[in-house]
Amino acid sequence: MPKLKIDNVEIEVEAGTSILQAAEQLGVEVPRFCYHERMSVPANCRMCLVELKGSPKPVASCAMPCGDNMEVFTDSDLTRKARKGVMEMLLINHPLDCPICDQGGECDLQDQALGYGFDRGRFAENKRAVQDKYMGPLIKTIMTRCIHCTRCIRFCDEIAGVSALGAMGRSEHMEIGTYIEAAIGSELSGNLADVCPVGALTHKPYAYTARPWELRKTDSIDVMDAVGSNIRVDARGAEVMRVLPRLNEDVNEEWLADKSRWAVDGLTKRRLDRPFARKDGKLQPVSWSDAVALAGAKLKQAGAKSAAIVGDLVDAESILALKDLMTGLGSSKLECRQSGEKFDPSQRAGWLFNPTIAGLEQADVVLIVGSNPRWEAPLIDARLRKRERALGLKVAVIGPKPNLTYPVEHLGTGADVLQAIADGTHPFAQVLKSAQRPVLLLGSGATERDDGLAVHALARRAAEANGVVKDGWNGFAFLHRAAARVGALELGFAQRDGDLETLYRGCESGEIELVYLLGADEIDTSRLGRAFVIYQGHHGDVGAHRADLILAGAAWTEKHGTYVNTEGRAQLARQASFPPGEAREDWKILRAVSEPAGATLPYDTLGAVRKRLSLQAACFANVDRVTPASWASFGRDGAVAATPFVLPIDNYYMTDPVSRASPTMAACVREILEGDTEEAKKKTGTHG
Amino acid sequence: MATNSLATTVRGFFLVELVRGFAMTLRYMFRPRATINYPFEKGPISPRFRGEHALRRYANGEERCIACKLCEAVCPAQAITIEAEPREDGSRRTTRYDIDMTKCIYCGLCQEACPVDAIVEGPNFEFAVETREELYYDKAKLLANGDRWEAALAHNLAADAPYR
Repeated sequence: MPKLKIDNVEIEVEAGTSILQAAEQLGVEVPRFCYHERMSVPANCRMCLVELKGSPKPVASCAMPCGDNMEVFTDSDLTRKARKGVMEMLLINHPLDCPICDQGGECDLQDQALGYGFDRGRFAENKRAVQDKYMGPLIKTIMTRCIHCTRCIRFCDEIAGVSALGAMGRSEHMEIGTYIEAAIGSELSGNLADVCPVGALTHKPYAYTARPWELRKTDSIDVMDAVGSNIRVDARGAEVMRVLPRLNEDVNEEWLADKSRWAVDGLTKRRLDRPFARKDGKLQPVSWSDAVALAGAKLKQAGAKSAAIVGDLVDAESILALKDLMTGLGSSKLECRQSGEKFDPSQRAGWLFNPTIAGLEQADVVLIVGSNPRWEAPLIDARLRKRERALGLKVAVIGPKPNLTYPVEHLGTGADVLQAIADGTHPFAQVLKSAQRPVLLLGSGATERDDGLAVHALARRAAEANGVVKDGWNGFAFLHRAAARVGALELGFAQRDGDLETLYRGCESGEIELVYLLGADEIDTSRLGRAFVIYQGHHGDVGAHRADLILAGAAWTEKHGTYVNTEGRAQLARQASFPPGEAREDWKILRAVSEPAGATLPYDTLGAVRKRLSLQAACFANVDRVTPASWASFGRDGAVAATPFVLPIDNYYMTDPVSRASPTMAACVREILEGDTEEAKKKTGTHG
Repeated sequence: MATNSLATTVRGFFLVELVRGFAMTLRYMFRPRATINYPFEKGPISPRFRGEHALRRYANGEERCIACKLCEAVCPAQAITIEAEPREDGSRRTTRYDIDMTKCIYCGLCQEACPVDAIVEGPNFEFAVETREELYYDKAKLLANGDRWEAALAHNLAADAPYR
């Protein structure tokens, strides 16, 4: 434990702490460009120079470990002179085009030049100019602005796990680039623009559209996957301009997946902005009072013969309102597993990510069953990658072999391998048994087969038989794909003895006369038979096409909502803008419909809904924290077919109504998945 | 008291104030005129005069404004509204540049903030109109102002440059 003095203040730090980190613990800010706390330390920008007593030259504080009896000065004349020299060197080749730079206003170089820059340049020669590179539909490059901090290279190598970027040439001729002109094939590529301390890498969809000072910033929660990433929604007027990650060490650290970041431009496309009713076979606009009256009358008429399906992006408040409405009508045909998952909803431990996301950093063996975490939850994949890089991690996969960012052992494709592991006949069973903290990651897609319930039970048996669940450690990790799913399951919005198939059959036989779709768009609408379909949601997608009555709801940025992530962590998303046109908040629509339906809901304010929510399930009273589940038996033992698992996502960029409507996501599909980089060849007037 | 009232009475009787007033009028009749015949004659104005706004262009016809939004940010009356997106050739340009002239307080901070001398307050102060709507200037109107006044604007900027 070295003890040192920084600016004459004594501090004792852990061995191996750098001077910069020690200074940070004291609250002393040291300017830096290349140093990033989650990446390796190259010490190449030299901005963090500090004076060290006894050293003839200033030292780079990010790379200098603390030693006993050191005396460091972070604000001495020598330090300031050194930093001013570094800043002048950095600005020699920087174009100083802040007025047209999208980083302007939130740029590290701009901020630090204010402190250490000189008000005029002494460099009369020509500045360096660098050709811009193509890095895909999300990253815009202006490489002349680059100061060679190499954060982007290290991000790709170390965190995203794709070696897409590198530095070519030396000194003045050094250029950052993709070796071959291609889009960066990572689901985390948007973070490159965040880590770039200057405007060399910026967000392409956000190009030139707004300035940071004119945006209204709202803390919210992402709903594009079940990770529940903490986000900040930046809106101007009614439009969401961009989404940025918010720091939460337990969930997303400081990263955000590309779909979460840029699907938001789908919020202005294909919106349902008023109620519609089907008249003469065509959907025609109607007034809210007519729509509510019609919905109420139909619900009253159908009574217990009505069913409800909840979609992927719905907040817990609306799910609760729909559940109370359906219960009031006497119906228990409630289903949230709209992709056809057949797992057992009865035990929390069976459908939660029990080891927690942060807990993955303690795991030493991971068995992935029927899942591609890179596409189903890119940030959970990033955690596995982080663990693998830090201390090594043995990962094995059952199911189609996904292209993951760490080495994996492929055990097989079918459920028979899982059966062998559960029976202890497979050699991997021994690996699990000898591990300290093994994790069995079961993808929700693995239960989307006829024997899904048996697969769920089999996974439980495999976990129990191989020490995945033991004292002080629950390594059974169920990975959901939809933000609404766990919230709905917590509220009991799933049939104990049935699944989506049961509802389909009910519709086809006429046993179900009315189906209430709350944002449900992943279902097979052709199997809803002759049932009267009410669709409540925000996008004109699959559900709205089949609907007989459309109630226009709000998207997640347009209402206050609670979302429970795959760990069972309830988090609050706040309203960033208002729903378009006549669209309304969803729980309010349900409250309005409940009156003519004859099952008036007992709450009128958001506070009252939240209060009822917290009484329904413990996790809603324990916001922002994980409510652990106790282990219990779940699933139903049965024969499991040896047929291969099928990965549920075949297109990462389009999985829900919002991302399907998003032009940016369409560009991602075209340029990243299909490799059509014609955009890259189209040079613009500003190219070199 | 008595003497005061006597003096007042005497002054009133001989119309002293009236005579003094006429004398002053008479004196000014032989002095040079201070007023001007406004619509036909105009007083001199400084190159720094802050009148009607204009958006300037470069000599090759390219509009100067690069949508940096500094004027929008600095405007104390929040009279400026800008929207921007990449133009077809990839350059940064505004799609909307509105000034609400009824809000504007003619402080000149927008032209101080402008890094490319695009938004300027010109010498024109004769832009009175009959409806409020006509005072909501859009980009086309501002650019037209710039085209009409360019000679004067360039001259004023050059004249003021040594003092900056």
